[in-house]
Amino acid sequence: MNADNFKTLVVETDLLILGGGMAACGAAYEASYWAKKNKQRVTLVDKAAMERSGAVAMGLSAINLYLGLSKGNNTVDDYVSYVKNDLMGIARKDLVANIARHVDSSVHLFEKWGLPIWKDEEGNYVNEGRWQIMIHGESYKNIVSEAAKSALKELGEDGAYYERVFITEPVMYEDRCVGAVGFSVRENVFYVFKAKAVLDVMGGAVHVFRPRSVGEGLGRSWYPPFNSGASTYFTLKAGAEMTCQEVRFVPVRFKDSYGPVGAWFLLFKSRATNAKGEDYMEKRSSELENWAPYGTSKPTPANLRNYLMLLELEEGNGPIYMRTDEAIQKLVAEIPDEKESRRKMKELESEAWEDFLDMTVSQALNWASHNIMPEETPSEISACEPYFISSHSGASGAWVSGPKDLAPGEHHWGYDNMTSVKGLFAAGDAAGASSHKFSSGSFTEGRIAGKAAIAFCVDHPEAFEISEEQTAAMKERVLQPLKTFQEHHAYTNDEDVNPNYIKPRMFMFRLQKIMDEYAGGASVGFKTSGALLTRGLEYLQFMKEDAEKLAAADLNELMRCWENVHRMWQAESHIRTMLFREETRWPGYYFRTDYPRMKEDWEAFANCRWDPESGKWEMIKREIL
Amino acid sequence: MPSFVINEKCDGCKAQDRTACQYICPNDLMVLDRETNKAFNRAVDMCWECYSCVKICPTQAIEIRGYADFMPLGGVVQPLRSSDSIMWAVRFRNKVVKRFKFPIRTKPEGSIDPDAGFTTGTEDLKSPVLRTEPDSL
Repeated sequence: MNADNFKTLVVETDLLILGGGMAACGAAYEASYWAKKNKQRVTLVDKAAMERSGAVAMGLSAINLYLGLSKGNNTVDDYVSYVKNDLMGIARKDLVANIARHVDSSVHLFEKWGLPIWKDEEGNYVNEGRWQIMIHGESYKNIVSEAAKSALKELGEDGAYYERVFITEPVMYEDRCVGAVGFSVRENVFYVFKAKAVLDVMGGAVHVFRPRSVGEGLGRSWYPPFNSGASTYFTLKAGAEMTCQEVRFVPVRFKDSYGPVGAWFLLFKSRATNAKGEDYMEKRSSELENWAPYGTSKPTPANLRNYLMLLELEEGNGPIYMRTDEAIQKLVAEIPDEKESRRKMKELESEAWEDFLDMTVSQALNWASHNIMPEETPSEISACEPYFISSHSGASGAWVSGPKDLAPGEHHWGYDNMTSVKGLFAAGDAAGASSHKFSSGSFTEGRIAGKAAIAFCVDHPEAFEISEEQTAAMKERVLQPLKTFQEHHAYTNDEDVNPNYIKPRMFMFRLQKIMDEYAGGASVGFKTSGALLTRGLEYLQFMKEDAEKLAAADLNELMRCWENVHRMWQAESHIRTMLFREETRWPGYYFRTDYPRMKEDWEAFANCRWDPESGKWEMIKREIL
Repeated sequence: MPSFVINEKCDGCKAQDRTACQYICPNDLMVLDRETNKAFNRAVDMCWECYSCVKICPTQAIEIRGYADFMPLGGVVQPLRSSDSIMWAVRFRNKVVKRFKFPIRTKPEGSIDPDAGFTTGTEDLKSPVLRTEPDSL
């Protein structure tokens, strides 16, 4: 493929939304409305097809964030306390509250748009847990993306979306973000998007760490393999301050296929035990006192539940089982009438299978392949590999402004969800320290950011001339892997083995190996130390140099090259922030063996920033307000 | 393997303006072999087994063979997705078959009204009130 043979297309807009998942759809939905009233243009760019892009591509079996404010079921403060405790005190109350006060509105919209939500006999939503409601969510993303597209359509010529365009870099004008560049993964086109405001909603990062399965199962990550760190890279490269880059998420899921456990724990009231049938949460409850006050609060933070399980495995008490058989039998035994109890069994069976079929079909296939009937046989659960997402129980992302009426002091700087870079906004997995937003909260945060970004566009009507030299230089840089391949591939008899370049696949494996072994991956029981992290960082510097020699034979491989550059930056910010925080605060996510306890002086945010001018990293400790 | 294409059933979406699986795959894995006019998964170890290609294929030519790393042979999970529901056939390794049917949407595709009948309480761009609020809360 000839790198010189690329057209350049320049697209001008006012608000540029980068991404196509839940947060991006929320942003497009909300921004379109305010854009129409204020004569602004909105353009969305997705690397895939919106109908099935992002983490909800497969569907979901529950909406994990719904407060039921209108019925007085919960308060915003209840939710904020829950989130803060789950993250061991490290959370932005203003951001969590902002999402929580609006999220019910999003869920009510989903229902009106056609999402089937389970109802009880009185017509109320069926709760899975306190904050979770059950849905028939196979087409959740189809429905939400249709609403976003319809909203864009209301703008007529001023609303547009591009699919299959992969975004690589921010376009900067001095200290302001004024666009993005990328390329089509279908045709030889380099895109330059010019905008007044840019909203980064490109999801979290998977495959930074080596997954537990490395054959075909490499792709069976819990969070999707196509979420590859574009959000973090984009904000970092723009010079934005980042937060909680050390707060990875390690979910516990059904082993290997990573099926969800929420419904089993919450809806079916199942227990998890070690191989001897002991409930390790009870057996090891005294360990939680070492992590007080968070460890001794209810519910126990996700990372500490992981930690007790990891201790159990270290002692040789595995496998760990979800006692699905026991849970189902118990629920059926509660019904004395035989006919009624048979009906209940049928209903539970269907619910159990739907839980997987709606969102992790592989787990259903895993059960079928192993002849597992959940009502008869327990299933193994295990900790997955680490992921970077702030929509679940991780927290990594950009440091963003909170809302004027909720954010204390320095946590507000003008526009909701604007990063420390003027004109650059972030939401969903791209915005940090506001965990537990899940699908509904990500959509909602996208709405909040979308409205604020339109306000920014109205307040900042000035247009900037981006020079042709600037875009030409970016084009050359973005397409370089094609050129490198072109120049050198004929030298050897195997295009994948060539001393002049590295292909993205091996580049990814090298990154995963470094992260797994030095930065506390699954194979080392999530343990690391200052010495290991320092060594890992040294290896990453070699990778950064070799990144200049990535090679791509086609457009698909060009995308893979950039995905892995994005992952590498996510990795570096992660290692640097773990080094900076000299304590262990989330022992079930990672454990610093040289600082094995939580420290009072680290009851703070660990932030970082890469300076685009000097190319140096700055570490910043910020108070929790 | 994980997703695979049954040669006999794939017609390369010749009646459509684009290949359905190629259009939908969130990881850009499905491609059309121009010589054989059959689609294929170009990187099976990057496949999330999300079933988007299986569900959208107009000739039901795509199935999933579970990751060989950890799944014994013989299990099959196959959906049939209609406009308002999805039917699943789950065949176990021991040949037991279970069938499930679930609703997927309550309104026809293409009929969504973004405001869904709610009204927005303010025109103020600087207020924290979002589109359709407070009505939709």
